[in-house]
Amino acid sequence: MHKRREGFRPFEYLLFAGLTFVTFAVSVSLGSVRVPLPDTVTLIWNALWRLPLPETAVSPSIILAVRLPRVLSVALTGAALSLCGGAMQGLLRNPLADGSTLGVSSGASLGAVIAIAFGITMPSLPFAGTMVMAILFAFLSLIIILALAYRLDYSLSTNTIILIGVIYSMFVSSIMSFIITYASDRVRQITFWTMGSLNGSSYGNALILLGALLVFGGVILLHARELNAFAIGEDNARHIGINTRRVKLTVMISVSVLIGVSVSIGGTIGFVGLVTPHMVRMITGPNHKKLFPASLFGGAIFLMLADLLARMLLNPVELPLGVVTSFVGAIVFVFIFHRARKTGHA
Amino acid sequence: MLKVKDLTVRYGDLTILDQVSFHVEEGDWLMVAGPNGAGKSTIINAVAQGAPYTGSIDLAGRDIRSYKAHERARLLGILSQHHYFNYSFTVEEVIRLGRYAYTPGIFSRPREEDETYVREAVEMTGLGPLLGQSVLTLSGGEIQRVFLAQLLAQNPSLLLLDEPTNHLDLVYQKQTFGLLKEWLKSPGRAIVSVVHDLGPARAYGSRALLLDKGRLEARGPIQEVLTEENLNRVYGMDVFAWMRDMLSQWQR
Repeated sequence: MHKRREGFRPFEYLLFAGLTFVTFAVSVSLGSVRVPLPDTVTLIWNALWRLPLPETAVSPSIILAVRLPRVLSVALTGAALSLCGGAMQGLLRNPLADGSTLGVSSGASLGAVIAIAFGITMPSLPFAGTMVMAILFAFLSLIIILALAYRLDYSLSTNTIILIGVIYSMFVSSIMSFIITYASDRVRQITFWTMGSLNGSSYGNALILLGALLVFGGVILLHARELNAFAIGEDNARHIGINTRRVKLTVMISVSVLIGVSVSIGGTIGFVGLVTPHMVRMITGPNHKKLFPASLFGGAIFLMLADLLARMLLNPVELPLGVVTSFVGAIVFVFIFHRARKTGHA
Repeated sequence: MLKVKDLTVRYGDLTILDQVSFHVEEGDWLMVAGPNGAGKSTIINAVAQGAPYTGSIDLAGRDIRSYKAHERARLLGILSQHHYFNYSFTVEEVIRLGRYAYTPGIFSRPREEDETYVREAVEMTGLGPLLGQSVLTLSGGEIQRVFLAQLLAQNPSLLLLDEPTNHLDLVYQKQTFGLLKEWLKSPGRAIVSVVHDLGPARAYGSRALLLDKGRLEARGPIQEVLTEENLNRVYGMDVFAWMRDMLSQWQR
């Protein structure tokens, strides 16, 4: 019996990274003003190494100050949300789990909205109040949803947990709408918190996303083997010697941080974590050692394309990014649900 | 190896297990028998730390709760009764997870001997041809063998088996009992298994527990526990007459 490598091989990394880079370059070059692809690449390259900027038809600032930080944020958000989706689907052994289907994203939005409406801030860091509240509420939401699910149906069947997630989302959304209606002068409009957008993201946003992804995404990646066992069954995971409680808590905290950070920057961008891992799983199989790295790249690509569509479809009018992802996501959801029912494990 | 004292499991007002005590020594094959709902599987769940309980469970001289999860898994292996999958892991991936207890956490590397144990487990269960196959395509009996292989790869000294031959056809039932009998011959090992089929229980077990409605009705050497009188009382029917009748079907 020869031993096969379970993780990603170098050429697979190269392939996925290459695809991500091409999507990235195309995303930056297209928009209300089209910049030819070679010019875009040269512009970014030269700016990166502080070389003199080339002569282009449009002002470099469109690329460097507007599109580049936005597309970077989009790519990082996509990677983070996909990783979260994949992690939750493994942890709960539920192919329909995602921040949006479980209500975790709505919970995070509520946290952010409360922070803004009631002026909860941290003295030294202007943006931190919103973010910390979003993370806290994401974590609380996960705890509430899981506690309810365990209480109602110990086996945590797919249907129960999704049903609870949907009900929880509606409940949280109603509270959120209530607060926004009363504090409409302070809080961004409802559509941002229900159908997010990364329009106007800054390099600072991208940097925060990158930091969160490096630390908490890294934690999730390091738990690939444990999550494989959870995906087979939580009891089996305990039987083979996994500290199930600790792994569950660690993964839940990491997921909450990533979703909280994403939501406080880009609002609720739903279904990314559902669609990407599902598509990636069809290529890589369910082993998280492959699924996670592939989901990172896949999520970045998926969300960049969705963002491109949101910008281009009704140009010059821009759609919220969440509209595009939810449109695709809802269709994929029905497809997965149908397949899960057919195999009889839903 | 295993000392269980006054084990009680309650869910709300419902008492599933009521002050059950027993012990397992090296070389024992303890058969846990009793009608449906007697609490047989709950004993296994409680020892596996999968059900809340009161009373004490000692494993190799220490309270089982004092072990770290991976330490416990090196001593104690569990085969559950029901398995189903949502994802298409390969047979090999599932079996390899059996070695987790020896390479726990996020920083440990696989070891040379892991390979040996996995290979032996695959050989013993005859799963070689299925290694690359998705577990979603397996039959109930094949899935049972995959988890048995995972358990053998885990190489614990005490096995807790919840109906190990459930779903297995006659060929594999016989093979599995034979395999476990061989496994038990190495020193320092013991088996506890929940059984429905009383024939193999008597044939392979060394001692038995007889449970009814969460209470211990009898325990001791297998011949003294699975007697006509005990079984008739617990099952509320003439068990021996039924068995003889079934056997006579083959002598016509």
